Amino acid sequence: MVELTLPKNSRTIAGKVWPKPAGATVLKEFRIYRWNPDDDANPRVDTYFVDRHDCGPMVLDAIIWIKSKIDPTLTFRRSCREGICGSCAMNIDGTNTLACTKGMDEITGAVKIYPLPHMPVVKDLVPDLTRFYAQHASIEPWLKTSTPAPEKEWGQSPQDRAKLDGLYECILCACCSTSCPSYWWNGDRYLGPAALLQAYRWLIDSRDEAIGERLDNVEDPFRLYRCHTIMNCAKACPKGLNPAKAIAQIKGMMLERR
Amino acid sequence: MSDLKLGRARPMSPHLTIYRLTMTMMMSMAHRVTGAALYLGTLLLAWFLIAASMNSATFAVASGFMHSWLGMLILFGFTWALMHHLLGGVRHALWDYGWGLDAPEREWLAIGTLAGGLGLTLVVWLIYGIWG
Repeated sequence: MVELTLPKNSRTIAGKVWPKPAGATVLKEFRIYRWNPDDDANPRVDTYFVDRHDCGPMVLDAIIWIKSKIDPTLTFRRSCREGICGSCAMNIDGTNTLACTKGMDEITGAVKIYPLPHMPVVKDLVPDLTRFYAQHASIEPWLKTSTPAPEKEWGQSPQDRAKLDGLYECILCACCSTSCPSYWWNGDRYLGPAALLQAYRWLIDSRDEAIGERLDNVEDPFRLYRCHTIMNCAKACPKGLNPAKAIAQIKGMMLERR
Repeated sequence: MSDLKLGRARPMSPHLTIYRLTMTMMMSMAHRVTGAALYLGTLLLAWFLIAASMNSATFAVASGFMHSWLGMLILFGFTWALMHHLLGGVRHALWDYGWGLDAPEREWLAIGTLAGGLGLTLVVWLIYGIWG
């Protein structure tokens, strides 16, 4: 349902301005969303100053620097620090992306960081992705076959394999789904760009034998057709994939089978 | 761990207020807004046609309103809503054929819809200005 404003408990209040690091010459200002489940306060936006000469170039470097040098309570997910695990997905400078591949110098002025939009917050920059993962599971992201398994392996021509390019690279960071206004308003019933891109990845896999079943699974006014080609997903994807296009292709397959 | 406030409702992270607007996002909103405006414009058109079919006195009232300052402004907005929504529909049709979903094309389509809608509106009113 469309709810333009945040519920009362979710509105941000003014936060703390942390002292500037002593002796630093080049500073970068960070305004970061904070919410602590262990007190009764509303979310707030804290201000930090990062010493650029003591810190790596990426936004992730900066928040790790803040956590180790200024405020150890700052909470966020991170792992690979090279854009392959998808853990550090967050809203940086108004767009969802990975903190590890976003350079600080790409942002003019203060760097504003929020958790992925319109999600339940576990703590600070950590959103609850339970539903997101459940939606991915619901499209049954594995090879489904009915013919007897070949002796060695399921073969695939290079041409058919090439059809998976631009789809298999998805790292499930949730940048796309949480950038989508349709997913904001109807995330309980609309599968969202990430799950639908994966649905298409299995639909066009030449080895898969469950096309009809897969199409039936998403043929629904909400599950598939809430995509209104707003295109935020394709713009947000840190891997350069195009979920909007994949969704359009699923819609095309629906028409073809009529 | 003993004083964990279990059951405290999790806040919802901010969305519309913090997300940087994109051209395609604004065109999606404009498509909805113009679509809604067309309902009102069509009501106005229906009123005009009903008045025209009744008698010259009711027609004079409707026609007078349409030619008033406010009426002209509303009609101008109606024309724009119609043209913008029309081109938005063409854009959606292109997408349904699988065309124009990639990075440069989708931006050009968005800008084209905006510019084209305004351009066509001006053309219609220019024609009205010359021959109307």
